[in-house]
Amino acid sequence: MSTKHTDVVIAGIGQIPVGEHWGKTLRQLAADAILPALVDTAGVRPQVMYVGNMLGVSASRQANLGALLTGDVGLTGLEGVTVEAADASGGAALRAGYQAVLSGAVDAALVVGVEKWTDVIGPESETFLSQMLDADYEAAQGLTPLSLAGLLFHRYLQEYDADRNAFAGFPEVAHANGATNPNAMFQRAMREGAYARAADAAEVLNLFDVAPYADGAAAVVLTREDALPKDWDKPKVKIIGSSLVTDTLSIHDRPAPLVWEAARLSVERACRAAGVLPGDMDFFEYHDASSLHAALSLEAAGFASQGQGWMLAKPDVIGLTGQIPVATFGGLKARGHPLGATGVYQAVEATLQLRGAAGANQVQDARLGMIQSMGGMAATAVTHVLTV
Amino acid sequence: MTEHQHVENIVNRPARPVGIVGYGAYVPQFRLPGTEISRVWKGEPSAGPVKEKAVAGLDEDVITMSIEAARNALARSGVSPQLLRAVWIGSESHPYAVKPSGTIVAEAIGAPSHIQAGDWEFACKAGTEALVAAMGLVGSQMGDYALAIGMDTAQGKPGDALEYTAASGGAAFIIGPAEEALATIDAQYSFVSDTPDFWRRAHQKYPEHGQRFTGQPAYFMHVASAAGSLMEKMELTPEDFAFAVFHQPNEKFPTRVAKQLGFKPEQYKDGLLSPVIGNTYAGASLVGLTAVLDIAKPGDRILVTSYGSGAGSDAFVITAQDALPERRGAALSTQDYIARRTEIDYATYARYRGKIAMR
Repeated sequence: MSTKHTDVVIAGIGQIPVGEHWGKTLRQLAADAILPALVDTAGVRPQVMYVGNMLGVSASRQANLGALLTGDVGLTGLEGVTVEAADASGGAALRAGYQAVLSGAVDAALVVGVEKWTDVIGPESETFLSQMLDADYEAAQGLTPLSLAGLLFHRYLQEYDADRNAFAGFPEVAHANGATNPNAMFQRAMREGAYARAADAAEVLNLFDVAPYADGAAAVVLTREDALPKDWDKPKVKIIGSSLVTDTLSIHDRPAPLVWEAARLSVERACRAAGVLPGDMDFFEYHDASSLHAALSLEAAGFASQGQGWMLAKPDVIGLTGQIPVATFGGLKARGHPLGATGVYQAVEATLQLRGAAGANQVQDARLGMIQSMGGMAATAVTHVLTV
Repeated sequence: MTEHQHVENIVNRPARPVGIVGYGAYVPQFRLPGTEISRVWKGEPSAGPVKEKAVAGLDEDVITMSIEAARNALARSGVSPQLLRAVWIGSESHPYAVKPSGTIVAEAIGAPSHIQAGDWEFACKAGTEALVAAMGLVGSQMGDYALAIGMDTAQGKPGDALEYTAASGGAAFIIGPAEEALATIDAQYSFVSDTPDFWRRAHQKYPEHGQRFTGQPAYFMHVASAAGSLMEKMELTPEDFAFAVFHQPNEKFPTRVAKQLGFKPEQYKDGLLSPVIGNTYAGASLVGLTAVLDIAKPGDRILVTSYGSGAGSDAFVITAQDALPERRGAALSTQDYIARRTEIDYATYARYRGKIAMR
């Protein structure tokens, strides 16, 4: 395929604090993120809206989000559709927007990730969440994403003889970064010894090993570089690589369940498209839905060899001033994990880093970053490479 | 109406000053430790939200326990039951869905027939709601004495988080003219909203709850609003109080809200009974108040704030009077009831509380 190369620019960003938004509906959350993103674009008008969302149908009894949300923000008539890939929905929606702009089909695309989750509690919440797994072979047998991660973590510890306590570094870095992010669900650093004292969430994984259930919404507006307003004065944050790869939905169909092949391939392809290597990255917004996810995604991205991802769980390696800063605004663990919105939060946060507007969370001289959103046990992996 | 008058009016102070002329607690003797519940439901004993909870025996229910507490209140008041003009019971575990507990208790304690007798429902603040009504009845001079009771045999679904705390117990108060009071009720303020954090629909055996939603938007918002506003309107600060008692569904919530409002442990520890008797629901803040009245000195000011799911809080400013020390010995103290402890295992608890469905 030969098309004229045109850079896709993130022209506007918007986000709301992640948390338990019991007083707001799905549509209010989305509008609160979309409107500031539109304002931030300084005049770029999108022609399509992609909505990243997983639980609208189950938790809000609401489908047809494209029509709902375009209307709510005064864009009635705009093309609008939901993109669903479990908790990679946000990343998948970002890719849909990227492709629409890159192809020339539209001049600008609005991507919003929104999740309204915490009004649903107990078994119903777990049932809805477990829809990201294989309904026939996993969820129906009683597996939930959390229990499955716990089983895999058990196997990880056993196969690689990993130091259980070393995993504390993942949440410690996440919470340290979340402490200075006003949009983070947890804005407090972990106390000394908190990890060792934490209760189990699912055997072996403790409460600090798993990202919290949360509501949230984030939005970005993508456009072509040549479609930016003439008086555009913000740093041009560009998406230069994008890839979505799937793996078998069920863990049992994978020859090596501790190798997240989709995550590996999507990093490889996004980097190849961008003409960069993972090692070139100034930061990596990874999908730390659990400490197991954190270790496996670092391995899949090539930052560590198989079975050695946990060795990176140290502030001087993955902290803001480390070799490969991750979860720079708290990640899924401390910023919070509003499922279908998470991938778009990552895009917003990467944009702040590359604009040099990350405040206390700024990675020094950040020029190149990678964000990765995963659906289920990395059954879907979406990776984007951004630069400025 | 000026803004000033409007603000004045939201604090309840009856035309005729009123107070507590008699009070009495009742806590059943059986105790179920939290470790026993976790042993059964989690496979190993582990620490729960409270150390143990009080459990009503086979022959006890809200009516029998209300009678016990009412007799204690009458004994301390010296008031003849014939002089009562109301017997009101707040509970979420009335033995009958239709048929008042109030009439049974009224007859059992020797109250006359020409009285008001009814039951109140507002989750855990049904007892303080009855207390406010009694203030109104006496304060308006429709009658001189009214009996208000908060009592529960709370229902916790086996295996649910609530089972660790759902306990039995409560307290009774005879409200009368301030000049006869052991402790005056100087002012009262309530704060309510439609907040569905905990509920039990008709014909359901056990309540349901909104998990984390029961915290910040429910308990903390209402308790802090009621207690904070009452202190503000009365131009009082935490330093003006010798004691503070809050609804106590566990140990954590009342401790946290007390600290938020600026109270110190020495002010709230004596009225915080949930660690050793559990959450007695409609009785919880009131039985805490009885424990404080058992030790308060004349002139001591007490802040009491209930919380009922659904949701609302009643806050009271109470001042101990000279007659309190000499009269409180007329009945068993709340700590006497707490000391009267017989530990039971889960199987006995299941039998006592009807947890085993026979049909």
